[in-house]
Amino acid sequence: MNTTPIDKLAETDLEEIRNERVTFERTPDMPSEHMILNFGPQHPATHGTLHMVLELDGEKVAGATPHLGYLHTGFEKLGEYRSYNQFVTLTDRMNYLSPLCNNIGYTHAVEKLMDIEITPRCRDIRVALAELSRLADHLLCIGTAALDIGAFTAFLYGFRAREVLYDLFEAVCGTRLTTSYTRVGGLLRDVPENFADMARESVEETLRATSEIDRLLTHNRIWRDRTEGVGVLSAEDAVAWGATGPVLRASGVDWDIRKNEPYLGYEAYDFDIPIGRNGDVYDRYLVRMEEIRQSAKIVLQAVEDLPSGPVNADEEHAVLPEKSEVYESMESLIYHFKMTMEGHGPTPPVGEVYAATEAPNGELGFFIVSDGSREPYRIRVRPPSFVNFSMFPMLIRGHMLSDVVAILGSLNVIAGELDR
Amino acid sequence: MGKAVDNQEERQTEGVGRPGRPEPDPGIVTTRIRARFGDTSVSTGNAVGCESVIAERDALLPFMTFLRDDPELAFDYLVDVTAVDRLRLDEEVRFAVVYQLYSHKHNRRFSVSVPVPEADPRIGSVVSVWPGANWLEREVYDMYGIVFEGHPDLRRILMPDDFGSYPLRKDYPLHGKGERDNFVF
Repeated sequence: MNTTPIDKLAETDLEEIRNERVTFERTPDMPSEHMILNFGPQHPATHGTLHMVLELDGEKVAGATPHLGYLHTGFEKLGEYRSYNQFVTLTDRMNYLSPLCNNIGYTHAVEKLMDIEITPRCRDIRVALAELSRLADHLLCIGTAALDIGAFTAFLYGFRAREVLYDLFEAVCGTRLTTSYTRVGGLLRDVPENFADMARESVEETLRATSEIDRLLTHNRIWRDRTEGVGVLSAEDAVAWGATGPVLRASGVDWDIRKNEPYLGYEAYDFDIPIGRNGDVYDRYLVRMEEIRQSAKIVLQAVEDLPSGPVNADEEHAVLPEKSEVYESMESLIYHFKMTMEGHGPTPPVGEVYAATEAPNGELGFFIVSDGSREPYRIRVRPPSFVNFSMFPMLIRGHMLSDVVAILGSLNVIAGELDR
Repeated sequence: MGKAVDNQEERQTEGVGRPGRPEPDPGIVTTRIRARFGDTSVSTGNAVGCESVIAERDALLPFMTFLRDDPELAFDYLVDVTAVDRLRLDEEVRFAVVYQLYSHKHNRRFSVSVPVPEADPRIGSVVSVWPGANWLEREVYDMYGIVFEGHPDLRRILMPDDFGSYPLRKDYPLHGKGERDNFVF
């Protein structure tokens, strides 16, 4: 029996394999096939339900085709059958990581259409809550982006601080996730008495977590190898594709609606807009980290001396009167009735409006067409995730399969907002 | 809110967007457009808080390219593309495609509304002007059935591919037409 020594066999095989690797090239005689790989709809890195068909050339991604709509709920259609205040509850469910920013962005648009000026107290509370939501959103975005790449600890640090923020949201709104806190011309109710202390405490906790994440990730060799030079977006492409928020600023474009078109009195606050240099995943991480610190500054300034006074504007045709007055005054009772009964409520004049606010993911716009009735005739949400995510096939092309989750995490795609 | 109610009645009797109403003073963008394309090329829109025009869908691409490339306009950022089904509004043309634009250079917003008739729901695609229009136009097609000519990949985006209707049209009922009865799991 002709036998071959075992170590000799192993050597031959290795040699063959090595040769095969070297000679395995795509030629007209022997074309290699692209592999089709389904990413999602159930995948932990999609942070929702998102489906992508990846075309792989070895481990490189030759193309990606996203399929959206798994979380499509028809908010825009439903909005045409809801009154202006009822739609606030639907905005919670869009970007569910920072529902307060959606509430505020939406009522801001309605108030612009109705030409309502909100009270100074309401304005400053909205600023504080919008920035606190930004802290929560960025902490989660950075945490899950790190988790997807394999760094578990940053995620836990972020979640611990986020818990303190959510306790604050619960104290203010009564709920942690579906906040529904704003109303046309005001707020659901005033903030609790210890709001300023709670805000300071949660800011402190957030900054502590941020510096912990900073020490864990920013100079971490593995983290930098996985993120630097990955998913590079040039400034020209970012503008042409309509990127907004941290994604745009990481590419070096100095544009933030809070600075360029100030609303809610943002011009009075002292804060800086961080911008990146390379437009890669690492820069998006750095921009978000610095935005946390800047937003913390804004929160502290906003709660420093919160103006006293009512939180609701003095607009009896748009805002519910105080309950105590409803019991005592005939006019207030009538206004209360006119505000709550079927077919009544805030009714903006005929016209259309587009109003944008800077949400954690970028420009969150609401386009409302009013026909002068109680329900919006047409309500359109301009979702930042949707537009940012449309660049994904361009960003991933030529990168490795494992970079899919890195780029996806850096865009912070929220499926609820993507699909609406 | 007496002020707003008065305003509303006034606007309704005047008839926004229809001939016969007095033209408000054209803004800087409208003036620039009229200098290039002629006085009758655009009429003033009724957006609140920003300048807006109503444009024609013929020769939309040169018009949009001008808005982007003209140094005094420089609308380099397409914010949003959406549509309005004006079935229940007093308008002659059923659909309007609405573009929100922003200029980073001049920090200015601008809105363009383009009427699209129901009998021939077609409009030029602006993907070649702003690549970001790609998914936004797909969504309008998905929800309203307006066809964007020259779009590189015009497929439904949020609804299933075999969904027969256009859900954001005003004649589509809120509870659907029974599509969900036949869903397979």
